[in-house]
Amino acid sequence: MTLLHLENLTKRFGGLIAVNDVSFDVPEGAIVGLIGPNGAGKTTVFNLITGNYRADSGKIVFDGRPINNLPTHKIVSLGIARTFQTIRLFQKLTALENVLSGCHCRMKSGSIAAMFQPPWQRAEEQKALDKALSELRFVKLAEQAMNLAENLSYGNQRLLEVARALATEPRLIILDEPAGGMNDQETARLIDTIRQIQARGVTVLLIEHDMSLVMKACEQIVVLENGGKIAEGTPSEIKANRRVIEAYLGTDEE
Amino acid sequence: MKNKRWIVYAACAVVILISPAALNRYWTDVLNVIGLYVMLALSLNIILGHCGMFHMGHAAFYAVGAYTTAILNTAYGIPVLWLMPLSGLLAGLFALVIARPIIHLRGDYLLIVTIGFVEIVRIALINNIFGITGGANGIFGIDRPTIFGMKISTPGQFFYLIWFFVAVTIYLFRKLEHSRFGRALNYIREDDVAAAGSGIDTGHYKLIAFVIGAVWAGFCGTLFAAKMTIIAPESFNFWESVLLFMIVLLGGRGSIAGVILGTFLVIGLPEIFRQFATARMLVFGVVMVAMMIFRPEGILPPPPRTYRLDGDTGPEEAA
Ligand SMILES: Nc1ncnc2c1ncn2[C@@H]1O[C@H](COP(=O)(O)OP(=O)(O)O)[C@@H](O)[C@H]1O
Ligand SMILES: [Mg+2]
Repeated sequence: MTLLHLENLTKRFGGLIAVNDVSFDVPEGAIVGLIGPNGAGKTTVFNLITGNYRADSGKIVFDGRPINNLPTHKIVSLGIARTFQTIRLFQKLTALENVLSGCHCRMKSGSIAAMFQPPWQRAEEQKALDKALSELRFVKLAEQAMNLAENLSYGNQRLLEVARALATEPRLIILDEPAGGMNDQETARLIDTIRQIQARGVTVLLIEHDMSLVMKACEQIVVLENGGKIAEGTPSEIKANRRVIEAYLGTDEE
Repeated sequence: MKNKRWIVYAACAVVILISPAALNRYWTDVLNVIGLYVMLALSLNIILGHCGMFHMGHAAFYAVGAYTTAILNTAYGIPVLWLMPLSGLLAGLFALVIARPIIHLRGDYLLIVTIGFVEIVRIALINNIFGITGGANGIFGIDRPTIFGMKISTPGQFFYLIWFFVAVTIYLFRKLEHSRFGRALNYIREDDVAAAGSGIDTGHYKLIAFVIGAVWAGFCGTLFAAKMTIIAPESFNFWESVLLFMIVLLGGRGSIAGVILGTFLVIGLPEIFRQFATARMLVFGVVMVAMMIFRPEGILPPPPRTYRLDGDTGPEEAA
């Protein structure tokens, strides 16, 4: 079954066409990779999916429902969570509170309930706390719960973003270069984590530069170049694709 | 460490509560003014401190509350304290209307627009808008409040009235901070793109923060009108808004203890050093610049919230 369906997506920035008529599907339960040279438009595709940018034309359908014009927080509550290419944690807050932000969209209590704290509100807080802790445990950061996000190592900050995204209880998680800045050991751990996310029944769409990670983790790969889709297929098909090889060699020469 | 802080807080509270016994009327009144500013600054702290919105027009909401109380009390004789909820409500509604179109503005733009609002409100009051605000002279003859038939009129009596409301405010706002709502405001302040990406309706929370801050400023307006028995547009000028803004930045954004300390420094110290009154602006300016350089988080930044966790995640989280 298709969970996410992109159809003829186009996004322009002034004269620049960042995403040009891109279509692809993400099947439910899969791990799909989105690759391409720098500036190919991968992050822009993510920003279109999450409602950070509005597409100039095309359609985004999630679980049978068009989400083109929904605000970001609605899209999150429908079940799409993301991480950012450049880490965007709440640096001055604790790791625990960073993850609690993800629980927000599954909670109800507002300002009045906060001031008077009826039992249901306290129960809800406790539930969110338990959820946040279990996500921290999932990415093996439980010991860091009370440390400020800014004091975590770079690799751990990336994992903390993953935990925050998972706390929204997504059906699809989209990861923008999750291995960026990680060493080999951390990357291996990340691949493990991504597999475990899939095992939880969450579909994964990821952008990655580290080809070994992409080839190891993804079942299906979509390749972008200059905003357009140039290839799509299994890792072995992509490895053998002439246009993909050219695209990557092209960037190496720059 | 944590206990020590609570001992300090409790000691300060006791000192404040018994101080009228040792002070003359003048200094008791200074404490009353400080109490009002504490409440106002705590309400601004929700908007500026917790949510990070540069709002320099808080005096406008204070004015709406004060004038609501003054007009309805003098025209219809409704007891002033009964007018407190209505004054808060109208200030909140006013905030809802004016904040909606500007809520998405970035920091510096919001600052300019809110400065504009406070001036518009003051000028509207001077021009006797709707023929009910009394123009530049304002409104006089506002009744003293009564509680259980007891008339509140001396500074000592006002002291307990005002600081009672300060205590209620501290209690409620502390709970507000330690909640889903309070955290949402902090997420927005830290990074509103990441906050939206985590599922938070940033526009909604910014608006609610504005409304809560305004409702409280409206409550303060009632207390102010009752204390003064006469109000005029000049009490709600731009300088008042600047003072409140400074209190929050100086004391510590998002910190209740910091805001209270900041109020004592910004409002209380100039009373002690009256002979240097003319140097007040200069001193404030120098202090603010020094703060921004050496302690941008304020004098008493808030400690991270603590949570009661099950023991299995390590020793350091004991709440
Ligand atoms: N907000 C923006 N404004 C203008 N140009 C942008 C913006 N975001 C991305 N671009 C441009 O769009 C192109 C694609 O960028 P991006 O999606 O970040 O590429 P990738 O993630 O594949 O490296 C680049 O040329 C980039 O400069
Ligand atoms: Mg990118």
